[in-house]
Amino acid sequence: MALLQYSGVKISALAGAVPANCITNYDYTANFPAKDVKDIVDRTGIKERRFAPAGMTASDLCFAAAEKLLVDNNIKREEIDVLLFVSQTPDYRMPATSVVLQNRLGLSKQTAAFDINLGCSAFIYALSAAYAYATQPNIRKVLVLDGETRSRVYHPKDRSTAFLFGDAGVAALIEKDPRVGTSYFSLNSDGSRAELIKIDAGGYRNPSTADTLKEKVIDEHGNIRTDEHGHMNGPDVFNFVLREIPKDLKRLQAFANKELSELDYYLFHQANDFMNSYLAKKLKLAPEKTPSSIAKFGNTSSVSIPITMVDQLQGQLSGSKNLLLCGFGVGMSWASAIIPTLDCKISELVELELRNDAL
Amino acid sequence: MNQQFLNSFREALEIEAEDDLNATDKFRDLEAWDSLARLSLIAMLDDEYAVEIEEDAFEKLDTVEDIFNYVQENRT
Repeated sequence: MALLQYSGVKISALAGAVPANCITNYDYTANFPAKDVKDIVDRTGIKERRFAPAGMTASDLCFAAAEKLLVDNNIKREEIDVLLFVSQTPDYRMPATSVVLQNRLGLSKQTAAFDINLGCSAFIYALSAAYAYATQPNIRKVLVLDGETRSRVYHPKDRSTAFLFGDAGVAALIEKDPRVGTSYFSLNSDGSRAELIKIDAGGYRNPSTADTLKEKVIDEHGNIRTDEHGHMNGPDVFNFVLREIPKDLKRLQAFANKELSELDYYLFHQANDFMNSYLAKKLKLAPEKTPSSIAKFGNTSSVSIPITMVDQLQGQLSGSKNLLLCGFGVGMSWASAIIPTLDCKISELVELELRNDAL
Repeated sequence: MNQQFLNSFREALEIEAEDDLNATDKFRDLEAWDSLARLSLIAMLDDEYAVEIEEDAFEKLDTVEDIFNYVQENRT
């Protein structure tokens, strides 16, 4: 059972970046009737999303967030000993984007850098790894960069996914602080449900061919995508969340010997408002302690939890706070954590314009 | 099939009070039926009956009564 705990480690600073390019979902009507679009937007609660323009990648968003974090907090770059990059939309198939970012951020060659490939659960997985490294005596600071251009993963003519996903990147700085108590993590996987959210082709199992790039009608509703776009079985994802998440939170509470009601904020993966609202109601969570950014950014996969913190908890994490983090999705993979924070400094959100000198 | 299930089904799909709803109706033919109604139904079944119907099983159901019968058989 992957239950982990670490003491004396915290997220000391957090920064986020989104593309300046804002999509108004009610007006995203090029492929579907406006009435259908309105129904979808009303029910999912996703009013706006940010789309990275061609030439802007997840790592560009992370780079912008990282620069903001390093400058705002006067961080010495040579003190960053570990860099983790979290994404399923990396710059290249190789090398790892984390290594490219090590150079671009001007970090030392003695920095450990590697990528973590998971979706909506990934920020919590990455934090658990970052906390483990940070407890090491020779590790001073760990930088977690988590970015996604999920808007490019799904086809605009597939209504089951066309209105949900957006792009964002964050940077989180993890380091020791002996005044901070214990953080608790629960990490889970179920590969038997790999088909629920998937891109079928373009990897090495089903390599890219002319056929995998062809648009196809994929169901009786006339939805269209290629084999290299993502597909999602929404109902079974919802069933999965209702079955697994309450159980996992029960396990986590027992492990941490804490009740959810004692905590200050509940930060859930932002899937859609219908699902998140129902889950919060089922778990009897106070709405004022359950921040949401779904209306502004949509589902940004692994970035949705930390971008919600950047957007909604600005100035709220001074002093000592206790947070619940809970992410679930593609894999299926899910994770939850109860973490104490102490004076976590959150920078103003960066709105990134495309620049020609970007790498 | 009991009236309570029919009422819950009606509420989940936001079917107006003046519109007919019968146990033998094919739910996919209802005007209120769409992919979002499916999510509402999942929430209702979880909330009121603690029953989950995965897509493979759900695809075999045809009428409102089929859903009710599935729920009766799978309640714990």
